[in-house]
Amino acid sequence: MIEAAKARLRRTMMFVPGNSPKMINNAELYGADSLMFDVEDSIAVSQKDAARLMVKYALKALPFNCETVVRINHVTQTPFGIDDLNAILPSKPDLIRLPKTESVEEVRLVTKMIEEVEAREGFPAGSINIICAIESVRGLYEVRAIAKEPRVVAIALGGEDFIADLRTQRTERGIEFYHARSEILMAARDAGIQAIDTVYADVNNLEGFCREVTDIKDMGFDGKSVVHPTQVTAVHEIYTPTEKQIAHAVKVLACYKDAVENNKGVIAVDGKMIDGPIVVRAERIVAQAKAAGLLAEEGCEDEK
Amino acid sequence: MKTIRKEASVGFVESNDALVTVRPNAAGQGVTVGLTSSVKRQYGEHLENLVLETVKAAGYTDVHVEVQDKGAWDYALQARVVAALNRGGAE
Amino acid sequence: MKNKVGRELPEQIYGLKQYRPYEGLFVDPPTPVRMAGRTLRVGRPGANKVLASLEEAIEATGLSDGMTISFHHHFRDGDFVNKLVMTAIAAKGLKDITIATSSLNDCHDFLIDYIEDGTVTAIETSGLRGKLGAYLTKNPGKLKRPVIVRSHGGRARAIESGEVKIDVAFMGVPTCDRFGNATGREGKSACGALGYAMLDSRFAEQVVLVTDNLIEGYVFPYSIPHTDVNYIVPVEAIGDPAGIASGILKITKNPIQLLLAEQAAKVIEYSGYFKPGFSIQLGGGGSALAVGRFIREKMVKQNIKGGFGVGGVTGVFSNLLEEGFFEICYDTQTFDTTAIKSLKENPRHVEMSSSFYANPWSAGPIINNLDVVILGATEVDLDFNVNVITNSNGLLMGASGGHSDIAAASKLSIIVMPLIRGRLPMVRDRVQNIVTPGESVDVVVTDRGIAVNPRRQDLVDNLRKSGLKLMTIEELQALAHRYIGKPKEIALSSDDKDIVAVVEYRDGTLIDVIRKPL
Repeated sequence: MIEAAKARLRRTMMFVPGNSPKMINNAELYGADSLMFDVEDSIAVSQKDAARLMVKYALKALPFNCETVVRINHVTQTPFGIDDLNAILPSKPDLIRLPKTESVEEVRLVTKMIEEVEAREGFPAGSINIICAIESVRGLYEVRAIAKEPRVVAIALGGEDFIADLRTQRTERGIEFYHARSEILMAARDAGIQAIDTVYADVNNLEGFCREVTDIKDMGFDGKSVVHPTQVTAVHEIYTPTEKQIAHAVKVLACYKDAVENNKGVIAVDGKMIDGPIVVRAERIVAQAKAAGLLAEEGCEDEK
Repeated sequence: MKTIRKEASVGFVESNDALVTVRPNAAGQGVTVGLTSSVKRQYGEHLENLVLETVKAAGYTDVHVEVQDKGAWDYALQARVVAALNRGGAE
Repeated sequence: MKNKVGRELPEQIYGLKQYRPYEGLFVDPPTPVRMAGRTLRVGRPGANKVLASLEEAIEATGLSDGMTISFHHHFRDGDFVNKLVMTAIAAKGLKDITIATSSLNDCHDFLIDYIEDGTVTAIETSGLRGKLGAYLTKNPGKLKRPVIVRSHGGRARAIESGEVKIDVAFMGVPTCDRFGNATGREGKSACGALGYAMLDSRFAEQVVLVTDNLIEGYVFPYSIPHTDVNYIVPVEAIGDPAGIASGILKITKNPIQLLLAEQAAKVIEYSGYFKPGFSIQLGGGGSALAVGRFIREKMVKQNIKGGFGVGGVTGVFSNLLEEGFFEICYDTQTFDTTAIKSLKENPRHVEMSSSFYANPWSAGPIINNLDVVILGATEVDLDFNVNVITNSNGLLMGASGGHSDIAAASKLSIIVMPLIRGRLPMVRDRVQNIVTPGESVDVVVTDRGIAVNPRRQDLVDNLRKSGLKLMTIEELQALAHRYIGKPKEIALSSDDKDIVAVVEYRDGTLIDVIRKPL
């Protein structure tokens, strides 16, 4: 189950304030791959108790078809994190998002609580996994170890806190994230998990947003945290492969299947040799195409 | 059975939400509910029962629950009721 | 009697003629009907039409107890004319007046006072809202007969056939000359097209224009010709410009409305009707307006140019016209200042009367040639019937408008609405009141799924390729109930004395009655 969670399509992870039932009710409508219910930064200290119950009951009652994520408060640096987990884990979210992750100990503490709840509630082991947000230089220096914790299926960059730590600000070019993005991506890939980019807060600047999404997609990020429904469509469009890419990927997979089934040695498509990484890339493109509704399930026909 | 110690409120009078206020009732008076709702004609009875059941499931008695509802869905109303009870039970 | 949409209706309703039950979308009247007309009068050379006051106009027209007067709703919620005229009528002590207006808004709540004192005893309208709507729903018997709710096309038919006989039409006009040629294009209270006023002016026994811009020169082009005008009364103000027309109606930022619009645009794209020369009507509602934006993107991408548009025209559409996405646009009422400017300056932006627009008893209103229309709804039911007149608590709080006209006449009618409002499901077993029969509704687009009327299997087939979430209307309803449960029905009075309004179908048959909620 953990492996499946590591492979899940996560182009968009949309923020939903945890104390706003109206937003929770409508959250799923916009087609984000993951919904991230927040009981951390968007919730005032005086509302933490109300928000965690709202998310707890929402997750239990509403039949979400997408991935559900809950961003809890820090488990050791705030008095709220453990209460959040106690309230929310029995509602079985797909992921717990740890904010400002800075050590493997935090991750292990949460992992232990997850395992206990899974056992107690009779959830299959691996039902609930973890995404760690790196939001400080301290955390960035630990990211390689954090990414290798067994329940961690993705690393997210928490940009706003990170730049505060760096004593800089957001720029058009995104130079401030140059190192953090690279480092997080490498650590995630080294651990065989996903990397999710930070939010883009200026909801009205769709052009700047699309530029940034194109950049992080080209870097290798699996998806982006988003704060507004309109951003979801934009990300999905950018993550939608072109018709040519899809056609090629379908062909590659068909040839590969044919080669495996008929014990053929060397495979070539359009005169180019096909090897492992090309097949993996083709699989990813086909998955993205299906998610975008461009390819019916099982549309891989042999065109030879 | 638990009782609450003080009056407490949670929630907002906003669309899809409810402002829930709990007050201690005299011992033996049990759970009472006051409901104003934008959907009282359609869901009034259902909402009152839901509040009663939620209070019971949380293990409380002798409490009055005043609900100002603006179309909260069941889960949201439950969350508000439980949060209000928790707050009312705290020092 | 039971009509074709399954409503059990009384044979006779107090104060009203015997109605024929609704029998279907396009049914000939049982006996031939001739067009009605006004009494012809001799016009004297040199006669001065301009009177000093509304009181003088009331005297001059001979308006008396029991007569019928009419207004138009082009000034929307900024209208002063209705109140100015009613105040003068009440001051004269006239009683038992029937108001046959094209519609009513929140600004007409004052009519409650004139109903209470017997000045007004009957109302015929497309829409009712605000305190007046609530008052009339809760107080049956205040009027001598139930309110008659007509569609825009249905009202045009009723006037042209003589079913509605207007004794005096009081028409507010933003600009007119001393002969009585009038337009809505100019003046401080400019409202654009005068499509509803055009018809009343042609058929009322007498016509009084009320204006706050009586000019010395000549009005041309005119929407109302001086040959139809008996008197002109200049007043200080006929309306509040801010209530008449906003600046350009902005495309919504509400993500749900945008989502609905995007889905509706996709339905259009894959429906089979999205091809060069296609015609469309977009309402002024939030989602409908946004459909314009998404359709524009698709037209650019696929290099498709449309034929004509119909409205209720907004700046969103007049801009599409200006940019060359459509060849012509027919306008019966103009919603914002951008569209008003377009009507004035763009020769391909054409004003039309409500009869040209939607009258079912004519050789062909323009909507008979319409491909696609986007419509709203308060609620729909499992038979695809639509209610746009009463709210979830059974109160008169909406307007029939052109809804049933366009749904019936167009090739593809798309209803756009959220599946759940607050905590109320908008797909019902039976809608409280039917304005538009399900047999004229093709697709219901909601934020949680799309249902195609099963009688349109061709559309189902076309839309399969769209990737849209298609489900049956029953599945849509079940989905809503999964989130919020099934609501209890509002209890309505079954006493025929508690019928507060009748809903006429566009052909004048009875499609439903509105009963007082208990």
